Amino acid sequence: MDRRTALKTVGGAVAAAAASTLSFPAIAAKKAPIKVGILHSLSGTMAISETALKDVDLMTIAEINAAGGVDGHMIEPVVVDPASNWPLFAEKARQLISQDKVAAIFGCWTSVSRKSVLPVLDELNGLLFYPVQFEGQEENKHVVYTGAAPNQQAIPATEYLMSKDGGAARRFFLLGTDYVYPRTTNAILRGFLHSKGVKDADIAEVYTPFGFSNYQNIVADIKKFASAGPTCVISTINGDSNVPFYKEMANQGIKATDIPVVGFSVAEQELAGMDTKPLVGYLTAWNYYESLKNPVNAKFVKSWQDWVKKEKLKDYPVTDDPMEASYIGIHLWKQAVEKAKSTQVDAVRKALVGQKFAAPDGYTVEVLENQYLSKPVYIGQVRADGQFDVVWKSKGLVPGQAWSPYIPKPKNA
Amino acid sequence: MFASLSRDRLRGLRAVIAGTLFLLGLMPAARALTASEAMAIASGDTDARIAALHRAVQTPDPQLAEYLHKLLNDEVQIDGDRVLVQRGAQWIDLATGQAVTPSDNAQSVVNNNYVRKELASAQAALDLFAPTSAQRLKAVQRLQADPTSVDRALVEQALRSEKDPAILERLKLLHAAILLTGPNAAERLAAAKELAASNYPAVRSLLLSRLDKVDGRFVEPDAAVRAQIQSSLDAIDSRLAWGERLGTLFSGISLGSILLLAALGLAVTYGLMGVINMAQGEFIMLGAYATYVVQGLFQRYLPGLEHYALIAAVPVSFIVAGGIGIVVERSIIRRLYGRPLETLLATWGVSLVLIQLVRSLFGPQNVQVDNPPWMSGGLQHRWRSPAHRGVRARCQQPYAVCARRDVGPDR
Repeated sequence: MDRRTALKTVGGAVAAAAASTLSFPAIAAKKAPIKVGILHSLSGTMAISETALKDVDLMTIAEINAAGGVDGHMIEPVVVDPASNWPLFAEKARQLISQDKVAAIFGCWTSVSRKSVLPVLDELNGLLFYPVQFEGQEENKHVVYTGAAPNQQAIPATEYLMSKDGGAARRFFLLGTDYVYPRTTNAILRGFLHSKGVKDADIAEVYTPFGFSNYQNIVADIKKFASAGPTCVISTINGDSNVPFYKEMANQGIKATDIPVVGFSVAEQELAGMDTKPLVGYLTAWNYYESLKNPVNAKFVKSWQDWVKKEKLKDYPVTDDPMEASYIGIHLWKQAVEKAKSTQVDAVRKALVGQKFAAPDGYTVEVLENQYLSKPVYIGQVRADGQFDVVWKSKGLVPGQAWSPYIPKPKNA
Repeated sequence: MFASLSRDRLRGLRAVIAGTLFLLGLMPAARALTASEAMAIASGDTDARIAALHRAVQTPDPQLAEYLHKLLNDEVQIDGDRVLVQRGAQWIDLATGQAVTPSDNAQSVVNNNYVRKELASAQAALDLFAPTSAQRLKAVQRLQADPTSVDRALVEQALRSEKDPAILERLKLLHAAILLTGPNAAERLAAAKELAASNYPAVRSLLLSRLDKVDGRFVEPDAAVRAQIQSSLDAIDSRLAWGERLGTLFSGISLGSILLLAALGLAVTYGLMGVINMAQGEFIMLGAYATYVVQGLFQRYLPGLEHYALIAAVPVSFIVAGGIGIVVERSIIRRLYGRPLETLLATWGVSLVLIQLVRSLFGPQNVQVDNPPWMSGGLQHRWRSPAHRGVRARCQQPYAVCARRDVGPDR
């Protein structure tokens, strides 16, 4: 065609394009959603604990989106079910990072699931926010540990049990599920107890597999162990095995005033499905309880109760520490992305250190250099209605220690 | 050590209670529980609360017993400077006796385990003189589990006034446990001999602690008493060992019986029909979920009879599992007789379908079947030796009645 027609056509096209951008500025300026992965077991032995975390993650994401998202970008959650199957955690994490291209993963509960995911995070440069109390002895730069380290849970709980208020225990029955978290925590506790002068003869260590439910003989052994001196049970049982264990303790008439029991993986969600009257006085140690009275917590609890009703969830309308830690983790990530102005993992990691957030536990928690949090420590006692009364609390925030001074640090760490 | 800990508490409690016990006998307690005493027991530092409790127990009265009971049941609140107790649906101000509405600042009283133990012991000590024998029995059982917490003179007075033979026998054992730490060697020897009949872990612990060494010397200075303590401990341990053997045997039979049922079913199916049923476990699961459903239906529509749901569940789960078995046979297995490898594969597929069916219907989380009360709790089996000492083995089995060792108080 001749030059005039060509110029007209091109000029017309350019004018049309300019006009279209002028007429529809809102559509042209809309920001792309940011995907995040939610990696929690929705079936299997850990579902009792992890389903509520998936739901509180979705609630937090909806809350952030309603308030404008992350700097205008909406968050799009990608939920997968690794079904309490540890190798499946690694597969799903790989799928989330390489196929769904998520900016961060919020997930895991058991330490074995976290350890399975670590190589995938290292290989693909992912970022995991881990909201559950654990054994420490890890400082992977791809993980932000928003749950309690042993010095924020296990050690204060043991100190309380040895004090007069806690029952002045002289013998310690360490009972746990057989995997890395209880084994490492018990090694740390044994080192701690040795440092306090407790002999090995006064420490018993028993492990049961995941999903174990026949605790009759073990509870009978606890009674036998306790007949030689004031004893406490330190339970690192995980998953739905907690239910038959506490039922058996109640069946055999063991009251908390006879043999105090502290469970590190039992919280409001696990208790909501049990008859808690025989468990009054049983102890737990967390950085948060639903019964804490402060305005941030009141709002958090109300949001969750409304969310359970609105979404017709099967979870109980109670909040617990891992749920609060998930809530904190997502908000900290949002703050870091806004500060770094990017979802790129290395930039977000740099922006995370030093981030502060006013948490429902009543304090302003802070992300430390080692990517642990500084959190308050509370020791709670079961009430007949399934809530907890705080019987001891730390003086202010306790910074999370990655490496326990009570066991030797691994050489290649 | 354990012995010295209990000695401190004994000294404290004894000093406070012993002096005023004669007053108990001489005149009835005229002073009622005051609001300031109630406040001192309910709030403040743990040691101060325990001291206030010991002071209040000097003049026992029914109001104090009721107050301790309410404290233990979490039915007490502190509202500013008022102590509120719950009666029915109302909150009563302890000082005035009037019903009040608690303000927003009202805090429920929190008792840690140490305080709760002291409250329970104080309540049990008061209940030793309660009007009904059921209350007195419960009190003496509570004290037997913690014999160092109660004063000797109190127990001796209860021994004099008690008429019920079952309670009297327990009081004698309690008295022996207290005498074990007394000054008189002959009394200690008699006490050690008598305690061979006890089954309480606290008593075994106490006997063991007497054999401990502190600073190179035995806690129990008299050698004859030590020998008697050792033989009493041996008697207790051998009794417990029998209970443990029975318990292990029964646990083994109980667990084995479930496997036996599954294996029998498998053997019958293969023997009669030549079908290897890979879905055997899933059929057992169907029976279990049928039980869960029956229990749920009873809880919903027949709440008065829910404890008998398990009886109704037996024929229902039989019919359900059998019915699904008939359906599977008619549709799949009938075409595959005489072809064991194909039936293996087909029944494996059936097992996957059944698992997913149940997961879709009931959700992936585990569900619970509750024990009815007539299947839980303990059965006491008591046999008497020629020396007329009671020996008890108690059983705890959710599925059936049995005999099993249990080191613990009778309930």
